Amino acid sequence: MFDFSIITTAIDQFLRSLMPSAMAVFLECVLVAVCVIVAYVLLAIVMIFMERKVCAAFQCRLGPMRVGFWGLLQVFADVFKMIIKEIIHFKRTDNLLYNLAPYLVVLSSVLTFSCLPFAKGLEVLDFNMGIFFVMATSSFGVLGIMLAGWSSNNKYSMIGAMRSGAQMVSYELSIGLSMLTLVALSGTMQLSEIVERQADAWFIFKGHLPALTAFIIYLIAGNAETNRGPFDLPEAESELTAGYHTEYSGMGFGFFYVAEFMNLFIVSGIASTLFLGGWMPLHIPGLDGFNAVMDFIPGIVWFMGKTFFVIWLLMWVKWTFPRLRIDQVITLEWKYLVPIGLINLLIMTLCVVMGWTL
Amino acid sequence: MNITFIPLSEFRPRMEALRQEKGMDFLRDMIGMDWGEEGIGAIYMLENSTTKENIAVATRTTDRENTIIPTVSDIWQIANMYEREVFDFFGVVFSGHPFMRRLYLRNDWVGYPLRKDYDESEALNPVRMFSEKNEEDYLHTLSPDGTITTTVDNSFDDKEYVINIGPQHPATHGVLRFRLSLEGEFIRKVDVHCGYIHRGIEKISEKYTYPQILALTDRLDYLSAHQNRHALCMCIEKAMGLEITDRTQYIRTIMDELQRIDSHLLFVSCAAMDLGALTAFIYGFRDREKLLDIFEEVTGGRLIQNYNTIGGVQADITPGFAGKVKEYCRYILDKLQEYNDVFTNNTITRKRMIDVGILSKEDAISYGCTGGTGRASGWSCDVRKRHPYALYDKVDFKEILYSKGDCYDRLRLRIDEIKESVKIINQLIDNIPEGDYKVKTKPIIRIPEGSYHAAVEGSRGEFGVFIESRGEKSPYRIKFRPMGLPLVASMHTLLKGCKIADLMAIGATLDYVIPDIDR
Amino acid sequence: MKDNITYLGRIYCTLKSLLTGMSVTLKEFFTPKVTEQYPENRKTLKISERHRARLVMPHDEQGGNKCIACGLCQNTCPNGSISITTKSVTDEETGKSKKVLVEYSYDLGCCMFCQLCVNACPKGAIEFSNDFENAVFDRNKLIQKLNK
Repeated sequence: MFDFSIITTAIDQFLRSLMPSAMAVFLECVLVAVCVIVAYVLLAIVMIFMERKVCAAFQCRLGPMRVGFWGLLQVFADVFKMIIKEIIHFKRTDNLLYNLAPYLVVLSSVLTFSCLPFAKGLEVLDFNMGIFFVMATSSFGVLGIMLAGWSSNNKYSMIGAMRSGAQMVSYELSIGLSMLTLVALSGTMQLSEIVERQADAWFIFKGHLPALTAFIIYLIAGNAETNRGPFDLPEAESELTAGYHTEYSGMGFGFFYVAEFMNLFIVSGIASTLFLGGWMPLHIPGLDGFNAVMDFIPGIVWFMGKTFFVIWLLMWVKWTFPRLRIDQVITLEWKYLVPIGLINLLIMTLCVVMGWTL
Repeated sequence: MNITFIPLSEFRPRMEALRQEKGMDFLRDMIGMDWGEEGIGAIYMLENSTTKENIAVATRTTDRENTIIPTVSDIWQIANMYEREVFDFFGVVFSGHPFMRRLYLRNDWVGYPLRKDYDESEALNPVRMFSEKNEEDYLHTLSPDGTITTTVDNSFDDKEYVINIGPQHPATHGVLRFRLSLEGEFIRKVDVHCGYIHRGIEKISEKYTYPQILALTDRLDYLSAHQNRHALCMCIEKAMGLEITDRTQYIRTIMDELQRIDSHLLFVSCAAMDLGALTAFIYGFRDREKLLDIFEEVTGGRLIQNYNTIGGVQADITPGFAGKVKEYCRYILDKLQEYNDVFTNNTITRKRMIDVGILSKEDAISYGCTGGTGRASGWSCDVRKRHPYALYDKVDFKEILYSKGDCYDRLRLRIDEIKESVKIINQLIDNIPEGDYKVKTKPIIRIPEGSYHAAVEGSRGEFGVFIESRGEKSPYRIKFRPMGLPLVASMHTLLKGCKIADLMAIGATLDYVIPDIDR
Repeated sequence: MKDNITYLGRIYCTLKSLLTGMSVTLKEFFTPKVTEQYPENRKTLKISERHRARLVMPHDEQGGNKCIACGLCQNTCPNGSISITTKSVTDEETGKSKKVLVEYSYDLGCCMFCQLCVNACPKGAIEFSNDFENAVFDRNKLIQKLNK
């Protein structure tokens, strides 16, 4: 397996040879930030295009077909439109909070995004409390949404924000529980280490039933966490027109939009890291020839392939089901997902202790 | 149609007696009327919901300044809305009515447009370029002794969290406005505002010739275009004593049922959309499109079809029509299973709809909620069975009835009705008799003096046409019974204790079409 | 669902109904799509013969039409979208004066396609065509002269 840390160390040594080490670290930070943001934006564009095409396919439509071949340039046209749009300011909005909110949402998702291990050695933030960091950073996105709803001076936004507050805070719990289940299985919280430990078999196979349950709970809760259907109550277009971002135009809206899609990517990315082995190729113990062939496919392809498969799965769910009502969302979480998640954690611990894993 | 006039002094006791002793529990329609010299008043069309016995009574007063008639809104709940409409158009104040304010026009409108002495000059009612204050700020209340006092009555106070759903809102299916008072997610009060797409069709019709009026009926409830036009044609034909051919009857019946399928498909898909299932919505529209293709081939229109004419239909059916319709019927029965799989039987849909917005049978009758909504509450209110017209007494079909009256019943009922419509079409489509598709009529159509009424089962309820003729080319007064107004009126009852999301489910399953309410 | 179903039974029923729904959408994911790409499919596009898109007055090869300038269509139009200008011409052979059509003006913008004019015409001089691409940039262009 190719290790990206060879490249990164080479760059590091090259820079240190040119300038003092503090300067080099600073320059590296800037470089990394630029890379992360560029990757973030490019992936967002891919995701938006994918969403439109996948949604269209589920609905017997073709989706965008006009701009560029097969509509490939449609998203760029949309982004361009969004950038040149006038940013409208409303009377009696809380200007500071109103302008701050989209950045908070994007910040939270960029921070989480940079934790993803894309390939061996290709991760920005990687330390021994990785999973806690992911949970912490991803959960302050709700703050931005609440602020957006609160500061817009719009009753629809307000209701949307309140719904999202109740929903996202509740579903944090299930996400945490299902992640903990996997931590129990892997015995580490470092994301790169988790991937390494799936070299013989992915955790979803290794942990069999409890891991599968955790995977399903994680997908449901992750869907709710990113405010996507059937949990898109905060923006519920047939009830609240656009929910918390009703009053945003131009890039303010664009940030929410991008963050929503990237959160979906992050949720899927973490799902593939934790359950499907991240960049780790498919290894079947005993079949060495097969394993060697699989190793020829680069890790980033594995990671992206798995992530986009999970994204497709979530899109499939979104474009099939009607929206839940707020009390049902909360019931689902507190009466079903949390108890099942807790019991599942117990079973997983038992499995690990008794050595019942594969 | 026979109208019994009741003197104003005996009006209230007689109406109560009709309700109590004769069991006239369904106020089919209420028609405001300006008889000129003889006075202004209203015609009440009543029906006994069990014996299907009909009666039309009227009352009037010659006082054009202080036109006061006692209210019946406490006897039939729907009279609340109807009386506001009569007040709006004729200036009849109903004493004892709790809510006397205009229904369609702005409150600063000068004059009562359907009175015969109405001043139409534009100087009185220019196009007002400022928005209207909320009506609550000047609510007309009336003391029982008959003096009109205008008092300020804010039904929503400052401390309430008031939110507008509409006039532009994805879930209102048109320009209807609900003012809601919320407590968290719960709805405490609702106030319906109509009239955003009021075009004054009844007023325009008084100047049009009968064939010209036909061009407007498609624009009332655009999803029952055929049935609307069928009703008006039937009413005019009845009045003229015109016998129409069997072939026409067959074509009209088939077209009515196709239109019903079209409307119910749109209903199911829009209900899915309101609940957030956009994919089911697109599936419904995909299948409806195929039906519209059939419509376009035969009638030349997809939505506004202009097919029925006085004495027949506009053009004969095309040679391939029967085959296409049969193929479509087979196709749609298959697809209904798909809707059930993806939407109706889905747990989320069931959770969202079961036990939500329960309309009791008594309320359904009192509000006059005909059509699918009434039948879902267990009220057998199908005009096709109650007062058969066209070929409905010859075909074999079942009137679908559910008993609970919640949103889920209303949804399932429509899907079942599509199956019944297919059944009706299958019985007729192979047996269309040869003959003329149209009876020759005189170039200028006049209706003999008198009052005429005809009703058909539209896609969402009873669609009635009332014509008062003075023997001229144009009607003296024409009234269309709105199918949606009773449905919207019943929102008050349905929304008690519901959440905002339930409003969408209830609104979607009541299935109102705004241009039909506003006319 | 009935109340007596157990907690686990409820989860089973829920999952089953959700999976049924998902199988339907998955099937549709792979079926051919129904979108019609309009300007590209002009050649294969079928518009019904009876579709009412625009009022036309057919002319024969000599450029003559059947209109006798009786004005029935103008009178029957609910919206006043037809206006006819006529002049009196004395027939040279018989010496009788006869109305002749000068201009048949039709406002597409306020036509509501009710077909009353076509029904009223005693000579069948006007009809609706299914040529539906009528969008123009200027409202005045919607007022068309139908006779040549």
